[in-house]
Amino acid sequence: MVDVIREPVEPVPPAEVPELELYHPKSWITTWVFSQDAKVIAVQYSVTALAIGMVALVLSWMMRLQLAFPDSFSFIDANGYYQFITMHGMIMVIYLLTALFLGGFGNYLIPLMVGARDMVFPYVNMLSYWIYLLAVLVLAAGFFAPGGPTGAGWTLYPPQAILSGTPGGNDWGIILMLSSLILFIIGFTMGGLNYVVTVLQGRTRGMTLMRMPLTVWGIFTATVMALLAFPALFVAAVMMLLDRILGTSFFMPSLVEMGEHLKYGGGSPILFQHLFWFFGHPEVYIVALPAFGIVSDLISTHARKNIFGYRMMVWAIVGIGALSFVVWAHHMYVSGMNPYFGFFFATTTLIIAIPTAIKVYNWVLTLWRGDIHLTPPMLFAIAFIVTFVNGGLTGLFLGNVVVDVPLSDTMFVVAHFHMVMGVAPIFVVFGAVYHWYPKITGRMLDDTMGKIHFWVSFVGAYAIFFPMHYLGLIGVPRRYYELGETAFIPPSAHDLNIFITLAALTVGAAQLVFLFNLIWSLRHGKEAGGNPWRATTLEWQTPTTPPPHGNWGDEQPVVYRWAYDYSVPGAEQDFLPQNWPAPSRPG
Amino acid sequence: MVIIILFMVGVVAAVLWWLSHQGLMAKPWLEQSTVGNVPATGASSLPTAKIGLGMFLTVAGSLFALLVSAYAMRMAMPDWRALPMPILLWINTGALVVSSAALQCAQGAARRQDLADVRTGLLAGGAAALVFLAGQLLAWQQLNALGYFLATNPANAFFYLLTAVHGVHVAGGMVALGRTGARAWRGDRPDRLRLSVELCTMYWHFLLLVWLVLLGLLMGWADRFAEMCRQLLS
Repeated sequence: MVDVIREPVEPVPPAEVPELELYHPKSWITTWVFSQDAKVIAVQYSVTALAIGMVALVLSWMMRLQLAFPDSFSFIDANGYYQFITMHGMIMVIYLLTALFLGGFGNYLIPLMVGARDMVFPYVNMLSYWIYLLAVLVLAAGFFAPGGPTGAGWTLYPPQAILSGTPGGNDWGIILMLSSLILFIIGFTMGGLNYVVTVLQGRTRGMTLMRMPLTVWGIFTATVMALLAFPALFVAAVMMLLDRILGTSFFMPSLVEMGEHLKYGGGSPILFQHLFWFFGHPEVYIVALPAFGIVSDLISTHARKNIFGYRMMVWAIVGIGALSFVVWAHHMYVSGMNPYFGFFFATTTLIIAIPTAIKVYNWVLTLWRGDIHLTPPMLFAIAFIVTFVNGGLTGLFLGNVVVDVPLSDTMFVVAHFHMVMGVAPIFVVFGAVYHWYPKITGRMLDDTMGKIHFWVSFVGAYAIFFPMHYLGLIGVPRRYYELGETAFIPPSAHDLNIFITLAALTVGAAQLVFLFNLIWSLRHGKEAGGNPWRATTLEWQTPTTPPPHGNWGDEQPVVYRWAYDYSVPGAEQDFLPQNWPAPSRPG
Repeated sequence: MVIIILFMVGVVAAVLWWLSHQGLMAKPWLEQSTVGNVPATGASSLPTAKIGLGMFLTVAGSLFALLVSAYAMRMAMPDWRALPMPILLWINTGALVVSSAALQCAQGAARRQDLADVRTGLLAGGAAALVFLAGQLLAWQQLNALGYFLATNPANAFFYLLTAVHGVHVAGGMVALGRTGARAWRGDRPDRLRLSVELCTMYWHFLLLVWLVLLGLLMGWADRFAEMCRQLLS
């Protein structure tokens, strides 16, 4: 911990926007449960997301057990397998990653990083969490409903999603899933408006947009995208709910089931796919952009070097955000489409690789000749870059129509999207938790446990997903409960499946080390002090750690420089916090 | 999906225009400030609540644009059978126009700090909006009586869905309007009351605009536009 000697900061220029009138809680309940403090809400979001994420982790174990050892477990049948797939996918993508990045990190970091006292609409922010919790409970209720949760696949494609052949299709499963999504979107919109307007209006004096840390840029852009993309899922969910409950035919064509003509007729399943993927593709970047932002800050801080090409990084984030709205149909190549359509979407998909590549180069160039400290956050940040490049390269394969069509229904796609939007963002989540835990709790996470967690997760993730690409290339289909006697699948594929399952169980167990570390360090961790990583951004400059409600004591900070003044030539210390003024020139 | 793409292009253009005024060409690594000499953040001088509502209306706009997109896609299929529009919809439209106009008057009165006129405007606006909602329900009932049930065919389902989503937004607005009314009768601080009235008015104008678009769509006037969109696609 470095003692910071500040020059006198008076006179303070007047704020452009009047200060927020803080709500002052009067009881324990309003301080810690129905709290309007963004930091408490952030912790609530994170704990809920991690809890439901653990459920999804266990579900993935069940799937892997079935794939490696078919017919060995009495508690896994075909229906159960599809339910596990569906719930695993939906929980991980929406209820864990989206909620954690935006609800968790967004709530904690935005006000602190832009120098605000809190979010601009704290009451709505509180409601956002409680509606999210309700959404999670409704989702989890599916496990206890008659017929179990839906097994329609996380994409919930109609018509199968609401037919009796699909688990939960004729029961409560699909109804609970759709209701939960609708609730999630309502809750998210409340939170999202807060994040965006806080960045627009809540920035402290001197914090111009181009002085914001990239974490804030990433979360801000992702939130704008989410606000515009989630309505598509909302519309799709409402329409499907009407199809299921009131018998409308938005998505349901005429169907004969078990020799019986169903009441549906005239609906368009493709319409659902368009709506779903209009949300679904931006969703990839809703998860990726906060990760991009956070990883930039982790790398810069732990390599003691300013981020390379800050301006390009900002433009790339905005560019990726805009482009991601015109690529959705690359998820629908196999649905059949006009070839010119496919050509258009393949082109936009490949174009998005350009800003993404710019970011990767900039991260690598930031590391280049940096003073790299291999702390757990840095390890996870480097692992993210490698994994994201890996997943991104297979994305280039799949973005092309002719390559995608044969690979689309194989394990190759599973490997691709797990690398690019499963493993890579989760690494950033871990890195970010190791990085900001000292600010949240005042104590460091244990370094040794962190490194064990890292190495097992990193090597394990590759042990799981690298072989899966190979399985996909030899044609092992995805979504299959068991492969059975299939001529073109060699016995070695089964051996590989066993290997992958063992790796998955190990990686899952390593997460228990992480959970233990989180709880153990709360009491036994090393005292962190205010700024253990010697970082420049505002959240590390709070008068007390953990920061209290209102964050800044009497006076909000004033920002004099950008967020990346590390190793500035001629400076006395290797970092200059954002609230350090430049020496005034004589005259 | 061309409609939602057009909507998004509009949003992106607005965002880019805004960003272009935010010094994105700055070189922050070269620009340190000295004490008492920090740059402006570029935050808007509009009240934060208004910006919040503006963002919300963009989200709601995207919701309606998606619904319209879905409608246009489905309408393109050969088996589309539009349902007859009740004359009542015209009366409802009138009520919504009156409601919006009354709130506009209330906004003017709030700016003049004329409390009596604010109350009258809010009351008239609220009453007209209630007439609109009741009229919409009546229109549903008329169609139902004629045998155009929700699940009979996709055109019916879309009609009920679009009007319901719009109606829910109006009903939600009624809650805010009720709170503003309470504020007006309680005699709250003039600046707060004025902000509340302005927010309600903004929301009401938005809903009127959305309703006019939906009405055009349901009446079939938008067919030619949809036809153009289709040709662009094919």
